[in-house]
Amino acid sequence: MRALANLSNIIIPFFIFFIVGHGFVARVKVYESFLKGAKEGLKIVVDIVPTLIGLLVAVGMLRASGFFDMLGNLLAPVTEAVGLPAQLMPLLVVKLFSSSAATGLVLDVFRTAGPDSYAGLLTSILMSCTETVFYTMSVYFLAAKVTKTRYTLTGALLATLAGTVASVVLAGRMV
Amino acid sequence: MLNTIWAVMILIAVLYGSLTGRMSEVTNAALDGAGEAISLCITMAGVVALWMGLMEIASKAGLIARLTKGIEPFLHFMFPRLPKGHPAGEYISANIIANVLGLGWACTPAGLKAMEALAGLEAERGNPEYLSEGSGKSRRASKEMCTFLILNISSLQLIPVNMIAYRSQYGSSDPTAIIVPAIVATLFSSLVAVVYCKIKDRN
Repeated sequence: MRALANLSNIIIPFFIFFIVGHGFVARVKVYESFLKGAKEGLKIVVDIVPTLIGLLVAVGMLRASGFFDMLGNLLAPVTEAVGLPAQLMPLLVVKLFSSSAATGLVLDVFRTAGPDSYAGLLTSILMSCTETVFYTMSVYFLAAKVTKTRYTLTGALLATLAGTVASVVLAGRMV
Repeated sequence: MLNTIWAVMILIAVLYGSLTGRMSEVTNAALDGAGEAISLCITMAGVVALWMGLMEIASKAGLIARLTKGIEPFLHFMFPRLPKGHPAGEYISANIIANVLGLGWACTPAGLKAMEALAGLEAERGNPEYLSEGSGKSRRASKEMCTFLILNISSLQLIPVNMIAYRSQYGSSDPTAIIVPAIVATLFSSLVAVVYCKIKDRN
């Protein structure tokens, strides 16, 4: 796992080198292009500021009310048997419906358990390997005006389950 | 969807907080949450701007177009009945590559176009449910649509840019340590998706 973490560290510099080097050789105006893209990136972040405020407020209030602790204690016997901290249960459910609401819960895990704890690592990997099932299905099928979705939901849930299992195994080896 | 989730979260928080007598904590949390969102966005703004800047270079250098073309064999493998050169193929490729590169914001438009094009393909095939607009008949998803959505949801992603930004904001000693484990996990979930689609596609 050490080796994996080290490999993780060199990916980004390598990636930057590859892209900038490639652009430079292809005689792209690399710096100007970078500025243009970065400006677009800033706009994206500005667009999500209101969402983040709304969600961090809601999740913060839920945590402060003691609701998460109650839920966690209630679910602990079930979840800890399979290696999932009870803290992650609300996240797993909400993630199926909305990725931005899930982000609020992710940040709550980072704040309370730390991003490098088992729960933090598990959350990080989990959020990186699957999409929001119900949201994606409703938006995409709406575009094609399809109402009978056949085996899509089963497949999507199966892939999500596979990602969850893989995350538990991998995060368990990182701490 | 989010309207319900958000309302339920707020309502539970206030009701449960008043039951447990933690109203002052709830008040503070509401105010702190708003401030925290802003400081988080400042970190995120840097990381996302950096990433989008690099992606713009990659796009200008023709790297993204080449990648999109490069996955054609994979596309043919996943969608064997999709006619060569059909616009749906192009949109699906663009969507997959945007996903892989963590351009989450860029993949939805291509994905929606892909779904429309796949609906068009069904009409070309003479599927009666797709021929007339709003005939009251409910449409069944085509196999291509199922495969595309399952692949999309299994979300093959190379570098989880947002997660790295969040981790660094909350004081991780090594924010990028999750990259390789995340790639392994995402490959595994995508592999399961591919196998499942292939089995379903055969019947």
